[in-house]
Formats: sequence, C-alpha cells, structure tokens
Amino acid sequence: MNKKSRILAFPYLLWMAVFIIIPLILIAVFACTTTITVDADGNRLSEEDVLSIKEEYAEVYGEEADAELENAIFEKKVFTWDNLLGVSAYMPTLINSIWLALIATVICLLLGYPVAYIISRMHYSKQKMMVMLTMLPMWMNFLLRTYAWMTILENNGLLNKLFGLVGLGPFQFINTQGAVVLGMVYNYLPFMILPLYSIMTKIDDRTIEAARDLGAGSANVFLRIVLPLSTPGIASGISMVFVPAVSTFIISKMLGGGTNMLIGDLIDLQFLGNAYNPNLGAAISLVLMVFILLCMSITNSIDDEEMEAVIV
Amino acid sequence: MRKILSLLMTALVVFLVIPQSAAAVDSAVEIPYSDSVDWDKFKGQGMEVNVYNWGEYISIDDGEESFFDTNREFEELTGIKVLYTNFATNEEMYAKIKSGGTSYDVIIPSEYMISRMINEGMLEKINFSNVPNFSYIRDDFVNPDYDPTGEYSVPYMWGVVGIVYNTTMVDPEDNVNSWDILWDVNYAGNLFMFSNSRDTFGIALKRLGYSYNTTNEDEIKAAAESLAEQKNLVQAYVMDEIFDKMGGGEAALAPYYAGDALTMMEDNPDLAFAVPEEGTNFYVDAMCIPKGAPHKEAAEMYINFMCETLVALKNCEYVMYSTPHTEAFKYLDEEVQNSISYPSDEIMEKAEAYTALPVETTKLVDSLWTDLMSSANTNPYTVPLFLGVCITLAVAINVYKRRKKKRILLEETSVKK
Amino acid sequence: MKKKNFASRAWLALVFTFLYAPIGVLIAYSFNSSKSRTVWTGFTLDWYKKLFHNEEIIKSLGVTLVVALVASVLATVLGTAAAIGISGMKKGTRSAIMNITYMPILNPEIVTGVSLMLLFVFAGIDFGYVTLILAHVCFCTPYVILNVLPKIRQMDMSLCEAAMDLGCNQRQVYGKVIIPEIMPGILTGFLMSLTYSIDDFVISYFTYGAESQTLSITIYAMTRRKVSPEINALSTIIFLVVLTILLVMNISDVRKYKKLARRDGI
Repeated sequence: MNKKSRILAFPYLLWMAVFIIIPLILIAVFACTTTITVDADGNRLSEEDVLSIKEEYAEVYGEEADAELENAIFEKKVFTWDNLLGVSAYMPTLINSIWLALIATVICLLLGYPVAYIISRMHYSKQKMMVMLTMLPMWMNFLLRTYAWMTILENNGLLNKLFGLVGLGPFQFINTQGAVVLGMVYNYLPFMILPLYSIMTKIDDRTIEAARDLGAGSANVFLRIVLPLSTPGIASGISMVFVPAVSTFIISKMLGGGTNMLIGDLIDLQFLGNAYNPNLGAAISLVLMVFILLCMSITNSIDDEEMEAVIV
Repeated sequence: MRKILSLLMTALVVFLVIPQSAAAVDSAVEIPYSDSVDWDKFKGQGMEVNVYNWGEYISIDDGEESFFDTNREFEELTGIKVLYTNFATNEEMYAKIKSGGTSYDVIIPSEYMISRMINEGMLEKINFSNVPNFSYIRDDFVNPDYDPTGEYSVPYMWGVVGIVYNTTMVDPEDNVNSWDILWDVNYAGNLFMFSNSRDTFGIALKRLGYSYNTTNEDEIKAAAESLAEQKNLVQAYVMDEIFDKMGGGEAALAPYYAGDALTMMEDNPDLAFAVPEEGTNFYVDAMCIPKGAPHKEAAEMYINFMCETLVALKNCEYVMYSTPHTEAFKYLDEEVQNSISYPSDEIMEKAEAYTALPVETTKLVDSLWTDLMSSANTNPYTVPLFLGVCITLAVAINVYKRRKKKRILLEETSVKK
Repeated sequence: MKKKNFASRAWLALVFTFLYAPIGVLIAYSFNSSKSRTVWTGFTLDWYKKLFHNEEIIKSLGVTLVVALVASVLATVLGTAAAIGISGMKKGTRSAIMNITYMPILNPEIVTGVSLMLLFVFAGIDFGYVTLILAHVCFCTPYVILNVLPKIRQMDMSLCEAAMDLGCNQRQVYGKVIIPEIMPGILTGFLMSLTYSIDDFVISYFTYGAESQTLSITIYAMTRRKVSPEINALSTIIFLVVLTILLVMNISDVRKYKKLARRDGI
C-alpha cells in the first residue's frame, strides 16, 4: 500500500484517541482523585460544616438560600492514593474471581480440547456444520441462556426433578460457587473451542500419519505432534475464556445468589449499584485492567499474525 | 397464642385468595379524570416525560382482560410521550442519577433516599399549583419527616416490611412473628434476604434491638457480624427475583414488602405474611423531580395524573401496596382495606421509618455490605497457583517459539546448501 | 478404531447436550401455558401471539437492530479505511497503533463499558442512541480492522501499480481494485460487528439511555423481576432464524465445495 493511503487512517486515529485512549486516561484520573467540599477560600469543609452552613443560610436568606449557597460551598477534585490503596481491601474478591475463572478455564480446556480435535479430524463439509453448531448457542442472548440455567438448577428445577424421579436429592445447585463456575463454563466454552479448532485444522493429517508410520503410539502422537502444534490455540483459548470469566458481573448475580461477588460485580456496585463510589470503582477497574494486560502480555508473546488468525 | 396467630394467618390467606373475583368486578369502576389542570397543554408538541420507577410498581398491560396501562392512558390523555425505565434499589437509582448522563423527569425513591437527595441538592422543588390533586393525599403524609417543608415530594405508595413465608415449609410451631426466625438454623439454605444494604442491615439492627437509623459504629458492626453469621443460612440475596422464587417454592422464608407479599400470595396460595413484633420498617415511596429535569412541567402533570383517583386506585390494585390517596382508598374492597396493606395501629406504633444517614455511616454500611457480599472462603493458594500457571504457560510458549525458530533456521540452511 | 469413534462421538454428544440443554429449556417453556417456569401446565402458542403486542419487547428489538446496523456500518467504514491506511505505515507506527486497537478486545468488557460511561459523562453527552452507537462502534471497529488487514496483506500490490499504469487515479484504485479485493474481509468484519453488537450486554448496560434500551437491557430488567415467556418465544424465533441462515449458508458452502471437487476431479 502506498504512502498516500495513510491519510485514510486519520479518522480512525482521531477516533482511537477519543474513544480508546481518553477513556482509559479518565479511569486513571478517577482512580487517583476524590471529591471534597470547600468554601470560597478553598478550605476543606466537613459534613457537619456543610450542614451548619446550610442551616445558617436557610435562616438568613430564606428563599434565596440555594442560590446563595452556590457561592459559598464548592466541590473540588483533589489527588489521592486512597482509592488505589483501598482496593487492597477487596483483594479477597479479586482472588475469588481469579480462582473461579481459573477453574472455569481449566474445565473449558478439558471439555473443549477433545471437541476441537474431533471436529478438526472430521470431513470438511461436516467440520463447517459442527463449528456452526458450536457457535449457534452464542446467538441466543447470554442473559437468557443464563436464566435458563436458573430454571434447570433451582431447588424445584428440572435437574432436581430428574433426580427426584430416581429418588435422589433435592440438591442445592443454584446459588453456589459451583453454579457460578458452571455459568462461566457454559457461556465461554465456544471461545475455547473455536481458537483450538482453527489451529488444529491446520495440522496436516499426513503429519500424524507419518508419526504413526514411524512407530509413534497414540500418546506419543498427542504429546509430540498435536499438543505442541496446538499450543498457540490453547494459549489464545485460555485468554479468551479467562478474561471475560474473571470480569463477568451478571453470572454471579444470577446463579450465585449475590453471595459470591466477583470483581466485575464490585465494579458495577461502585458505578451503578448499591455502593456509589466511582472513584473506588475506577481504581478497581484500573487494577483489573493492569492485571489482565499483564496476563495478556504472556499470550501476546505469540506473534501478532497468529493472534489475528485466531481472533478471525 | 401462636396457634391462634397461625389460625389467623391461614384465615387471612383464605381471605385474600378468595376475594379476587370480587376485586375484578370492582375494578370496572369508572371514575372520570378531573379537569383540575389543562391536560391538553402539551398536545402535539412532541413533549416527553422520562420516568424512573421501581420494577413492578405501576399498573401495566399484563395480558389480563381488564388491564389499565397507566403510561398509555397518560399518553392518550395528554399527548406527552412517556419514557419509562426501572430500577431495583434506591441506591441503584441514586448512582444512576448521581453519575449523570441521563436526565430523568420523575423519580420515585423511598423516604430516606429523598432526604439524602434533598440534602445533596439533587431534587427540584415541585410547583404544587400544577399538582392540585395533592389535596387527596392523607394529612399524615403531608410535610413528612423526610421532606419537612413538603416542597420536594408527592407520596405514591407506602407499606411495611414483614416476613413472607411458605406455610407448607415452615413449622407452625416456629414463631414467624420475630426476626429471629431468619437466623434459625433449621431453615439453612431455605431463606432469602434483601439485596440492598439498608433493608438487610435494618433487619439485623432491629433484631438486636437497635434503631434503623443508628449512627453508632458498634451497633452497626454488631449487625454486620450477625449478618455474617446468617450468611451461611441464606440461599440468596434478592430483590424482585423473589416473585418468581417464592412463587415457585424455592425457599421457606423471606423478608419483603407487604404489597409485594400480597402479589406473591395471589400466585402461590401457600404463602403468608407476618409482621415481626420487634417492630418493622414503615416506608413511603414518593414522586420527586430531580434537579435539572428537562421537562419539569410535564413531570408535574405526570405526578398530578398519578394522583388522579382512578389512576391511584388502579395502580394500588395492581401493585397492592398501600395508598396514601384518600379517595382511592374509599374505592378499595373492604377486604383490602383491612388487609396487611393497612396494618393495625399496634404494628404502626412500633414501625420506624428510615432517615437519611450521615455520609460516614453510609460509607461504613456500604463497605460492610460489600464485605458481606464478597465470598469469605477464598483459597489462599489461588495467587501462587495462578502465577504458576502463567509462568508454565510463558515457558511453554517460549519453548514452542524457540523450536519453531530452530526449525525455520534448519530449513533455511538446508535450502542454502 | 471403532471404540475410539464411539468415545469421540459420546464426548461430542455430551458437550453438545451441555451447550443445548438451556436452549431446549427456553424453547420448551415458550410453549408452556403457565407463566411460571417451574411447572408445565400444557401446550400453548399464546406467548407468540402476545409477543407481537408487547411494546416493550418489540421496541427494544427495534432499538437493538437499528443500533447494530448503524454501528456496524460505521465501524466497517471506519475500520476499512483505517486498515488500508495502517498497512501503508511503517512497522513501528503500525504495531503501536495495532496495540491500541487491540485494547477494546483485550480489556475486560466491563472496563471498556465503565471507561466509555466516564467519557460520555465527562463530555456531557446524554445517554441515548448516540452514546449507545458510539460505544458499539468502539468495540466493533477492531474486529473490522483485524478482518481486513490480513486481506490487504494477501493482496497482490502489483495490481494497484498496474491500475495506476493504466491511468487510474488514487480514488479509482481504491474503488476498482482494493475494495473489491478485500471485500470478503470487509463482509466478515461487518457480520462480526453485527453479531457482537446484537449480543452485547455489558457495554450497552453502561451506556444506554431511557429511550434506547436494547433487547439485552430489557431482558436484564426482566430477569430481575419476572421474565415473561414472551421473551422465550422471541428467542425461539431468533434461534430458528439464525439456524436457517446458517444452514442455508452451510448448504451452499457444501455445494460449492462439491462443485470444486468435481471440477478438480475432471
């Protein structure tokens, strides 16, 4: 492509600055500031001060008190480390999220790897069909799919009814950590299967045949051919499951009964939830983001081309 | 005493389930809209009003035959388009308004949130000459504690908190008239709690004999401790999901609002409602206009419309909460007038309303609430384990890449040869 | 060998049962005559009838489609232009830009959502269609770029030169050579954007306004009270539509493949 065409990227560069870079800067700014109330001279006011000033003004100015107050009390943003330091109090939640997301990722890998391999060894026309079938559930709204799991897992749900038929149960499935992990596995399993499949389909059947002809057993074929060749797929599969799983915020609400709060719920709680504190929320987001990007730098050590191939 | 009470409760259940048909007949009442204001004022101007209300808190087209769709009626009457959205908790509503970006015209918070918002200058004064129907509001709801000057709010519904329980799952020997039952280990995994901090902490405080509005740190911490104890017994912390869950018999006990309890009892006749003797919360949800509302006059018209006798009656019948509207009350069935929606003086004497807490206390409750919601039993090996996995992965990738490079090098050299 | 075949089939069956069980439940309950999701009281088609009268659902479906279409078109235009431009850059600049482009994909959705919410509040834009569409364009564009870039790389540059030699000006080169060459990439990018936009919940959750509630937001609001079975009916319809589209695509694909195979055979 010639140099003139660079101009075409300019709108996007502008877009990138406004909608990718500035928002991230805003998160950092919010994470490092807090709002305080000050008087006209810039002195910090406590809550009692504010109340007493308000009362005083109400007495003195009556109807015009509100208008007068606008010249007496100001809100000011000041720099602080408190929010970021405060995040450490929520480490257990972060650890819990990582833990559950890890379990979910491992289960996804164990479930998905054989599936991807089996599909990749099928006849071409069948492969397309199977990949489609893997994708299809993702077309249903994710909230509805999770909601359907509620119907299945509840105390009077379908699963317990099934167990009841054979005289077992009822078991407590819903509102447990297990249910949250199940929700993660269910929602993100296709993200594991697809990258694995797209890498494995590139493994030439003849390579495997050659290995067999040279006397390799099934275990050897797997360990020395399939596994090494599919490593990039595993890496991107893991990151594609782990990242959304660790930051999910609805699954735990719906299947975990609100008691298994994850880091995503915590962020939601600070911005649009029960504990309004966007500064703390931004700090938690920042920590989460840095953490995720650190993890990603590992998988990113696979070169860009492979990454593109996997996402596409 | 208990036996009599449970008998009474069963009687009440029967009582409340049967008169449904009667209620259906009654809702055919036609009350014309008053001409207290000029409803046509904004017709044809493309005016909108943006309403932010609790879920399940207005009469809508629910597929029943004689439904009354409040918002559609308002649109037809005035030509003002209603944009209607829901929130699940006061705190959520507060966060949405505080964070900005959405301009609501009418919001319906509860009393403690109203006084907090008044204190923070988040509400607009209502021009009561545009809300003549305010005259229908019961005297004891005028100039209430949460809005002492009465300039910011128009009461919409009120009620008390109590315990909804499933008569087939709760031992009749157990006392449902005490908050203690929510701490009874026999119901482990069989009870729900509110998923909002104020109501949940309130129950714990009341059970310990403290005030809902205590600012005493020790008392609040004691409540948090008892809630942590209770957490193992609680199946889930829910809000309106409770309709489905209690309706489906998912748990035996759950504290909830009286009006909603009546709705649940309609769906599931096994359910009953009791108000604990330690005292309970008396709440009022009132219509307010947030600061900077873009369509203030339309909002006032909407509020006035909500105070129309017919509208108040229909909403009250649908939502089943208690109405502060004197005329609408008169049209209600006698059974409803005597039901748990309008509790006895005895209960009301012990009932306590929430007031706005100081910022420090709110912050404390919020952080204790977050702690409560976070899972305590975390695995301490997670972080090292995770790091281990990451490192193994990094090593694996490196090995793979190095091998690939070697192969490519080998190929290249062989080609050169 | 047979044993292995059986094992692999059993494994596939297991995983696909897992993937489709909840969908089966959704579809089944769209025919349940009771509103409750715990008891089965009989077969009915009422929910399908009621679905078309449920203004809330129909309206939010409309919002979802409008936002998805507008956002995907914008993202496709922006992304395609960007991809062409980026590929003309030096390697260093290119990888720097690509690293930033990856951000909305690599970042947890909730962080992207929150950061955009802060941006819109900061810029004083009221939440509504505009914010929703901007946010959707934001997370769709990277997918377009990632789909178009490889196609550009695969393109034979001599084609452009030939076109120039034959008297095409810059614009004609774009319109007659480059765009048709990379069309498959653009189309895939567009379709992916459409899919992601329709399915998105998290980012919409932080950027929607009262008049622009997408289907996901409406469903979310419903899951917090009572999910009306009409939603089940809607998802059944969506499921069937998608299934048909994919089947048709698959069949035509297989036909093409067979034709190719036959031709190669001859």
